[in-house]
Amino acid sequence: MKFETPHSVDDAVAILRADPEARVLAGGTDLLVRLRAGHISPSAVVDIKRIPGMRDISQEDGGWRIGAGVSCAEMGEHAGLKAAYPGVVEGAELIGSTQVQGRCTMAGNLCNAGPAGDSVPAMVAAQATARVAGPNGTRDVAVFDIPTAPGQTSLAEGEFITSIFLPAPPAHSSDAYLRFIPRTEMDIAVVGCAVNLTLDAAGTVTSASMSLGAVGPKVKQVDASALVGTICDDAAVEALAAAATAAATPIDDKRGTIAFRKDVSGVLAKRAARIAYIRAKGASS
Amino acid sequence: MAKDEFEKREFKVVGTRVARPDGLDKVTGRARYGADMSAPGMLVGYCLRSPHAHARIKSIDTSEAEAMAGVKAVITRADFTNVPASDGTRDILDNVMANDKALYDGHTVAAVAATSRSAAKAALKAIKVDYEVLPHVTDVDAAMLPGAPELHQGRQQESVPEGFSQNVLARSQYGHGDVDAGFAQADVIIERSFKTAATHQGYIEPHACLATMGNDNQGDLFCCTQGHYMVRNTCADILGMESGRLRVTASEIGGGFGGKTTVFLEPVALMLSKKSGKPVKMTMSRDEVMRASGPTASTSIDIKIGTTRDGVITAATGEFRYQSGCFYAMNGALGAMCGFAPYDLENLKSVGWEVTTNRPKAAAYRAPGAPMAAFAVESVVDEVAKEIGMDPIDFRLKNAADEGTKSAYGPTYPAIGLRATLEAAKAHPHWSAPLGKNQGRGVGCGFWFNFGGDTCVSLMLNPDGTVSLSEGNPDIGGSRASMSMMAAEELGVPYENVRTIVADTASLGQNEVTDGSRVTFAVGLATIKAARHAIEIMKARAAATWGIDAEAVEWVDGAAQPAGPNAGKFPPLTVKEIAATMSNTGGPIAGHFEANAEGAGVSFGTHICDTEVDPETGAVKILRYTVFQDAGKAVHPDYVEGQLQGGAVQGIGWALNEEYIYGEDGTLQNAGYLDYRIPVASDLPMIEPVILEIPNPGHPYGVRGVGETGIVPPLATIANAVSRAAGVRMTSLPMSPPKVLAAIKAN
Repeated sequence: MKFETPHSVDDAVAILRADPEARVLAGGTDLLVRLRAGHISPSAVVDIKRIPGMRDISQEDGGWRIGAGVSCAEMGEHAGLKAAYPGVVEGAELIGSTQVQGRCTMAGNLCNAGPAGDSVPAMVAAQATARVAGPNGTRDVAVFDIPTAPGQTSLAEGEFITSIFLPAPPAHSSDAYLRFIPRTEMDIAVVGCAVNLTLDAAGTVTSASMSLGAVGPKVKQVDASALVGTICDDAAVEALAAAATAAATPIDDKRGTIAFRKDVSGVLAKRAARIAYIRAKGASS
Repeated sequence: MAKDEFEKREFKVVGTRVARPDGLDKVTGRARYGADMSAPGMLVGYCLRSPHAHARIKSIDTSEAEAMAGVKAVITRADFTNVPASDGTRDILDNVMANDKALYDGHTVAAVAATSRSAAKAALKAIKVDYEVLPHVTDVDAAMLPGAPELHQGRQQESVPEGFSQNVLARSQYGHGDVDAGFAQADVIIERSFKTAATHQGYIEPHACLATMGNDNQGDLFCCTQGHYMVRNTCADILGMESGRLRVTASEIGGGFGGKTTVFLEPVALMLSKKSGKPVKMTMSRDEVMRASGPTASTSIDIKIGTTRDGVITAATGEFRYQSGCFYAMNGALGAMCGFAPYDLENLKSVGWEVTTNRPKAAAYRAPGAPMAAFAVESVVDEVAKEIGMDPIDFRLKNAADEGTKSAYGPTYPAIGLRATLEAAKAHPHWSAPLGKNQGRGVGCGFWFNFGGDTCVSLMLNPDGTVSLSEGNPDIGGSRASMSMMAAEELGVPYENVRTIVADTASLGQNEVTDGSRVTFAVGLATIKAARHAIEIMKARAAATWGIDAEAVEWVDGAAQPAGPNAGKFPPLTVKEIAATMSNTGGPIAGHFEANAEGAGVSFGTHICDTEVDPETGAVKILRYTVFQDAGKAVHPDYVEGQLQGGAVQGIGWALNEEYIYGEDGTLQNAGYLDYRIPVASDLPMIEPVILEIPNPGHPYGVRGVGETGIVPPLATIANAVSRAAGVRMTSLPMSPPKVLAAIKAN
């Protein structure tokens, strides 16, 4: 097995294009586990962290570009990013343990394509895009469209994600992410839910988006229009909860039952909406 | 010995919190665990494991694997040509290397030794096993039914009545009085059925060993175990060699909790070494630990308790059905013996059942069989108390066993500490603290027998006056510190002057496994007696030096001195002074003691727990937890508190989230710590330990074992707390969020 450390996007693409069995290493917190467990035996591991820009968080058009090699812990220490997207950052900071968070990345979490990836729902609710480099150049793709099924992505041969872009947050907007796990940490989401809200100056919701994790083969976008035109009152969040429960299509497995996951989808929708609303209002004052 | 050993005394070392002797090695990584030993020319060994829950092994073709580069030995059951002497050891052999059938997912069917991990893994893939997949059963109730898939034939004991499958191996009954007459006197009768899932001991260190077998049929084995004498005797029996030709050395141990009281890799590694002529190291992965090393039994239990309105239990019955995996284990019987042990009952019938299923053979796990029984019994006790409007501690006090009570399992109790733990719990501020919304408080009691057993200790005086102590029990709970403390106490020397090591099987006589909460009691007793033996020798040397009778010498504060004015006037001779001249006064000085220690002294505990239940998700939070347990005498209180806290924490895991989950195909679905959920630190409050000291008459310092009782009450205590918080009685463990939420919604 070869270990490659390309110093440019073009070099990385060339390596990946020449060797379809090569795997991209960002944080490595999924790749190395699968490697050691014998589930994969790639011909080469391509570490992209030496490529300029991969470890950078930078402002762009009022939004934030996060390199594919930025660890989730680094996001948690970035005041500007946290202020703009507290929900995205809190999702990223729930992955694994403190030690894992020092290595793991949002791009890696997205490409792992696990239905329960904690950083993904808030990115989707934020309308984030992924910048994809490949043999035919660079393209920007909605984060929602990267995973296609458990363990599968829409990336073509030779392609990899170089950065995630979170668009400029509108005034009076914020987000929140909650997950349900049987323990308090070191666990994998049984249900994950992100809500992203924008308010007007008076505190009425003008736009809302919601996404759910771990209740389908990939992250779900759920209609959150029940909140629009409201001040996130009890009736509105109950309607949102009903929408979440209806949209969830989970399976029965070792981590939870269908009935439980549908119920908890609604519970988390309510709770996340209330947190996002308080944050958005706080941001507006 | 036994009952009259205890003498009241003022302690100088015992009861203090001295520095642990293994601490620096463990925090610096210098400690040598099972996988840390290597040898020149060493190979690595790996097992091929059955992917099926139940399958006949029609043939195994190892020829391709044997021809592969780097592969030095491939073994199957055919290599084990010796038939072990005992039934128990034959089961162990069948467990470590499948005979004609694979009996569970993960059962070893072949093993390889090779020069590298990759060569060994490639060879495992090249072994061709022709399986005939058979119907399987993993649930205890299903396994008992006539027509269930059967693992064995002809192993059913005569105690089993007709109408059950061959999986039911044994039935045992305990109790006394007339339960029908007792229930006729009851004002309130409550009857409930319970289920508990199998859980794993969850030790952090996987099984590992290094085996060396020479052509001269002499062997050495370094391994992670709770009992290297047991390993030696079992492996020698399996390999057909004299036990004296195999020397076993115990490594440091990263947790055992009962799960390392048997062998898994060791006979396989020895056979691979024998066949290859090279040392062979084997280490289990976590997946292998979960699939193939002993979990505990899963259970199905029925409890019925009748009481008068004023709180006197008139009768109780229990049916304890335990599946212990693919071979016989005495778990249901232990449940039937322990469940009602805290109570003084006039009429009791308690029945234990031992059932085989297509799961790994259950191994001991801290008070094996008792926690599940206590869960069921204490849940009904709680419900009965609630029904008659009585405080649950008062109800227990009213029916508590005391000195002179005929126990549930037969014998009459000597002095015991149950009532003391209940009274301490009732008086503790925790019991009367206010509770908030969605919160509930539970209480539960637990019992364990404790044990003594074969024990040897040697105590050597070094020329500079320091002391070397050898025990034969792996240190899983602080025994090296405790033994050094008891030796120092008895000799009258500083703790720092005594170093205790765990000696190999060639250095001391037979020692029982580190189990049954026996070591601080039994090895401690032997240490004290070995010290007394050495003191007698030192007194004789002083007497000879002074030219007086040995009887005229007494031992005070670490020195020999004349027993009185009539004995003569001589300045005291200290340990250091006696040691400095011992070569000239008769040669080296050592004390030793060997015995099958009796008088272990039963142990009781009472726990209180507060929980908060999220009514929308079923999530349970442990808010506060207090443990009350009788330690007899806490030799090193830090370690005792650690045992009480550890028991509570493992119980919290068992109660809330831990479970073996099997798929439709009988394979284990959660063989790892991601989906087998032991508690993490943030799940837990500080567990407050309250040590009570009711001296055990069977030990010179009054010591009782404390290692196991602490895991008996938690399942019940937490279930009682959750049931009160959620407003619905929880009868199935674990009380995972989906189960709790479903119960709340169904209510």
